[in-house]
Amino acid sequence: MIELKQVTKKYGKGAKTTEALSGLDLTIRKGEIFGVIGHSGAGKSTLIRCMNLLERPTSGEVWVDGVDLTKLNKQQLQSKRRGIGMIFQHFNLLSSATVYDNIAFPLRLAHMGKEEIEAKVNDLLHLVGLEVHRDKYPAQLSGGQKQRVGIARALASDPQVLLCDEATSALDPQTTDSILRLLLDINEKFHLTIVLITHEMHVIQSICDRVAVIHQGGIVEQGAVTEVFLKPQHPVTREFILGQAGESAQLALQAPHDGSSRLCKLTFLGEKTYDSILSRTARESGVDFAILQGTISKIKDIPYGQLIVRLEGEPGQIEQTINKVTSEGLDVEVLD
Amino acid sequence: MWGLDFSTLDWNEIGVASLDTLKMLGASAVFTLILGLPLGVLLYQTSRSTNGWARTVYTILSVIVNILRSVPFIILILALIPLTVAIVGVSFGVLGTIPPLVIGAAPFFARLVETSLREVDRGVLEAAQSMGASTWQVIMKVLLPEARPGLLAGVTITVVTLVSYTAMSGMVGGGGLGDLAIRYGYYRYQKEVMIISVLAMIILVQVLQMAGDRLVKHFTRK
Repeated sequence: MIELKQVTKKYGKGAKTTEALSGLDLTIRKGEIFGVIGHSGAGKSTLIRCMNLLERPTSGEVWVDGVDLTKLNKQQLQSKRRGIGMIFQHFNLLSSATVYDNIAFPLRLAHMGKEEIEAKVNDLLHLVGLEVHRDKYPAQLSGGQKQRVGIARALASDPQVLLCDEATSALDPQTTDSILRLLLDINEKFHLTIVLITHEMHVIQSICDRVAVIHQGGIVEQGAVTEVFLKPQHPVTREFILGQAGESAQLALQAPHDGSSRLCKLTFLGEKTYDSILSRTARESGVDFAILQGTISKIKDIPYGQLIVRLEGEPGQIEQTINKVTSEGLDVEVLD
Repeated sequence: MWGLDFSTLDWNEIGVASLDTLKMLGASAVFTLILGLPLGVLLYQTSRSTNGWARTVYTILSVIVNILRSVPFIILILALIPLTVAIVGVSFGVLGTIPPLVIGAAPFFARLVETSLREVDRGVLEAAQSMGASTWQVIMKVLLPEARPGLLAGVTITVVTLVSYTAMSGMVGGGGLGDLAIRYGYYRYQKEVMIISVLAMIILVQVLQMAGDRLVKHFTRK
């Protein structure tokens, strides 16, 4: 659906040049929710703004739905942009227009008829749950409501893609969750491809199918969220995930153990999360285990669990236990 | 009272002068807005552009605007006499003051327009761009409506400034309240005429300012 090829963006001239994106490649599939996570200054904002050419890359190609945007002239780009919705961290609503007029705005740009606009806007107001606020001005709304207007406005021109530029970063946790749920609903209902950038792992974990980690203008790691989240490879990715798991994992690693025990990290994914694989295996092989740290949660709608355990027993028994749980479909990482 | 005698005043003449002032003000305000608004938008657009050609246009326009704004209005009236005659046929009376009033006030208003357009949140402009708005649509449907309170405040300031400009044009026989104040009040020592003329202008400015403030308030959504 979206393909960036060797996209480079430089700012400034001569000696003062800074490179925000350096030869970045990225492919986003139709219908998925794709997250890009990175620290501020990593280039994620530039990246998403390249996808509708609000920023024109210094070099490289931006393919959206089979068209290279960088090759289009001004009029072609304007009409193509109608198929790419965008929402923003600070909502960017017209302060001089009501909720209704804000949502109608892209339709009026496209010279749609009055009655058609009316019907369309009413549908959208219903979709985002703002019917009662249709005649209010943005200043009279809460942050979450403003973002709902932003979403309705972005959806008005029936886009195939929705770009979310830190769409929840200015919202409190509850509001963030309700906006994320709305995005997920829209994705399922309209099979809309959603690209979002964020610095919060929570956002990625809640709704994304795939994720890319951006660092210093390049993608350092990407893949299915379950994959990247549970088995992070790059230090930056680990940092994001550790930041969320908190200190408890660190504490678990400091637990006392000697030659007759091993520290292991077990990862359960999907239905296995609810199975009693560990205790069954331990009973059969005769090892004991102590749970040092544990999490059970969801990635989008897939349950997962992660345990740091200390296995105690004969080395052979421990070996056997590890092999057994691995064959049962758990992922085992021996830490120490 | 204070040795003043208002009984000898020619109220008829004051009425005519007031009407002249309103005519000058109305006509010059309309043309100032018609000329100044596009000029202000042009200044704003060219100042933001990264295009070298647009930057040059900006620099040239900016210098012209600055020159017109730095010439004292009274000098401007005299300097523009040939142009005024070319445009309206006369260089005195109500008609003769309108071209210099417009040429004096339009650059001033254009700068006010430019400043209030700069106040518009760039994010909103960007959002419109992301929705496929053309430059013209961005200007007409986003920039101007979003800047409306600031623009109205600018209009108010400009019209009030025009009131004092019309008074100055009295120096060169422009007609109106300023003319009356100078001719009778100053040259003929009729303090009463001066006082009434000035008072009328004070009231005019008050009314204009209040009306302007009210409009600004009405259109402010923040």
